[in-house]
Amino acid sequence: MDEDAELSLTVSQLVRRLKGSHLHAEMEREARECLHQPEIRLDTLKDDVRKFLRTSGWERKLQNAVHRELHVGRLSPSLPVAPPEHLKEPLAYMRKAQASWEKRILKSLNSMSTELGVPLARMRPAAEQQDLSNKWNEMSTDEPDLSRFRPVYAPKDFLEVVVALRSPNHDSGENAGARSHWGLIQVPLDVKDITQLRRAYTELSLATGQLGIDDNAHIHPDLFENDYIDIGKKVLAEQDSAAAQQYSRRGCPTGLRADLWALILNSVNQPQDVMRYEQLKAGVLQHDLLVDNLIYKDVKLTASNDDDYFVFEDFLYQVLLCFSRDAAILEHFKHNSATPPKSYIQGKEGDEDYAVFYPPNGVIPFHGFSMYVAPLCFLYNEPSKLYSVFREMYTRYFFRLHSVSSACSGIVSLCLLFERLLQTHLPQLFYHLQQIGAQPLRIAFKWMIRAFSGYLCTDQLLFLWDRILGYDSLEPVAVLAAAIFAFRAENLMEVTSLASAEAVLADLSTLKVMPLIQIFLFAS
Amino acid sequence: MNCLIINCGDGGRLQDAQQRAKQVRMSADDVTKGVACTLKPPVFLHFGGGDGKTQACCSGVCVIDVALPPGKTVNIEAIAFKNFYTALLSVRLQRRSPGQEGAAAKWCTALRDRPLMNNPHTEAGAQDYYTIDRKQMQVDPDDVSCVRLILKQPSSAWLTFSLEDVRIFPRTQPEPDKELSDWLLALNLLEGRPQTQVPVDAASVSCGLQQMWALSQVMQSSQSHAASVGRFDVDGCYDVHLLFLT
Repeated sequence: MDEDAELSLTVSQLVRRLKGSHLHAEMEREARECLHQPEIRLDTLKDDVRKFLRTSGWERKLQNAVHRELHVGRLSPSLPVAPPEHLKEPLAYMRKAQASWEKRILKSLNSMSTELGVPLARMRPAAEQQDLSNKWNEMSTDEPDLSRFRPVYAPKDFLEVVVALRSPNHDSGENAGARSHWGLIQVPLDVKDITQLRRAYTELSLATGQLGIDDNAHIHPDLFENDYIDIGKKVLAEQDSAAAQQYSRRGCPTGLRADLWALILNSVNQPQDVMRYEQLKAGVLQHDLLVDNLIYKDVKLTASNDDDYFVFEDFLYQVLLCFSRDAAILEHFKHNSATPPKSYIQGKEGDEDYAVFYPPNGVIPFHGFSMYVAPLCFLYNEPSKLYSVFREMYTRYFFRLHSVSSACSGIVSLCLLFERLLQTHLPQLFYHLQQIGAQPLRIAFKWMIRAFSGYLCTDQLLFLWDRILGYDSLEPVAVLAAAIFAFRAENLMEVTSLASAEAVLADLSTLKVMPLIQIFLFAS
Repeated sequence: MNCLIINCGDGGRLQDAQQRAKQVRMSADDVTKGVACTLKPPVFLHFGGGDGKTQACCSGVCVIDVALPPGKTVNIEAIAFKNFYTALLSVRLQRRSPGQEGAAAKWCTALRDRPLMNNPHTEAGAQDYYTIDRKQMQVDPDDVSCVRLILKQPSSAWLTFSLEDVRIFPRTQPEPDKELSDWLLALNLLEGRPQTQVPVDAASVSCGLQQMWALSQVMQSSQSHAASVGRFDVDGCYDVHLLFLT
């Protein structure tokens, strides 16, 4: 399609998405109210109203909203010839693999419900609703019996699905050649090599100052840090999402990070957030879901046992229980290869008028899911704001970490990127690990599926997530995984089994993330 | 689009209108689904193997001829298809110039080596949908009697490659709207003489209008624009017992 037609198609898609949104209503109201002002004249009405909206900051808000729409999912540039499943995932065999994985999860959830005699969903009696409402802020003091519940799946189960992927049209011949891949991922997806990564991540180069490296205590703050923080304050004053995203590539100062991330994700409407959160809380009080028990169990098993995050246990329940009730999340399935599980109201099976999604947001949590929320608790202490930012982070990035897709930020591509980087730049190490039966991906997968949450110490993790937001990509996660192997290569060459390799890489809490990435990309 | 206002008093024009309606209906089908065309089976080009001793090996080039209904030529607006692991596409057209019925039709290249996959060794773009517009072609695709698609896949990574669901969309005719405008013209003449211009004070009109707008704002402010959070239950009920396995 020629460029003009493509541009007008994109614009019309954006307009359709933004029409009827809260921003649209507010701008209309502002435009109507400004008609009272004396400087708005009838003969130049259109231009005067536009000028007013520009000077009062509404044009900037509209720009930020457009910026968000462009980054959330793909706008399909082609004519509507492609069916909707193609937007979810273009490759047919990946869609099939995702569908059969989902079927396994649903069967597992059904059998859990039947065996334990716990319904998937039930209405809470009024007394129970009141009880829960009273202890909403201290749900961690509750000690429900969760021994019968087990997580629906763990990262290692999903790893087996990813490793088993095969492209039916791919000629994986027996002859080993230069093309042969030593790793576990056997699908030929397009991933960047080091040269392309260097071009894409120029702001991380050795010559560029950044947080995580140049804010070290030994370096005088006047050399970099103070100026950088001043620039950050200016960016926040401008309230420009695109500028904030560019700024975040070199890291966010601790004091400004919360506001910068909210600006990048365009999650800045406080009254709307509070209203939505209250409505979701009402949904939690009204209905009890089986998935709630899975959430409780997950939090107890992971975040509560972590020195950094156990203090936030209450927040985690408040966010994740509301997350399960948020039907607006269903919107993101348009560009997610996954499909939300469907069900019917008891007694009305087959009647489409009584078809519902379960859970309401269509996302079944797995073991470790609560770790997506935990680091955000350091930034936001207001539950509605915390929820709003988490929702944006999940629907932009985290969903790609646990669904089978060919997207370049999808977990399959990240695994392949990790293995390719390792094989190309540390072939001796890779070969050695392969020989002793310690495939590197088996160790690194659990880091990547959680975007390193719970493995790095929090301030380092937040530096990594700054770059994820700044580059709008999860590739830094795979690059860091390879960089960690490079850093511990000497020790890993000495090991003789998978267990000892795991032991060498068990503790990442002392690692400094940005120097590792920088050296791996630019100095190796 | 399908309702033509027919002037019932005129029998002759009724016949014309019916004729035009039939034409519009035929091309409406073509426009939505593409011209009916038959794809010949793909011909993979091999080299070697002619002497019986060496095995023929695939050159990575495949040719698909798309035959239009015999005797019919098409002015192409676009060619749409679904890719299946083809890396590069060339399009050649056989054009029959009108008025020269006896002359042989000439082949020309409309598109040369258009990349469909960024990297022929990897999956990116391998199963995507594409549309080749007439503006992207090097020659005007008019009076086309046959289309030849030349597919190239230089990588040995794939077992096979082709294109699926090839559709050729014809150029749409401008809508026959003469019928409609004649009817409207006739209506205007019946209305009588045009109204006289009255000099107007712009400032007083704008004042009045602003007051009206302010009033309408008061009325509309009672409507709430708040984006509602989607309800997940059905009339307050969310008793779910089993997940549905499709």
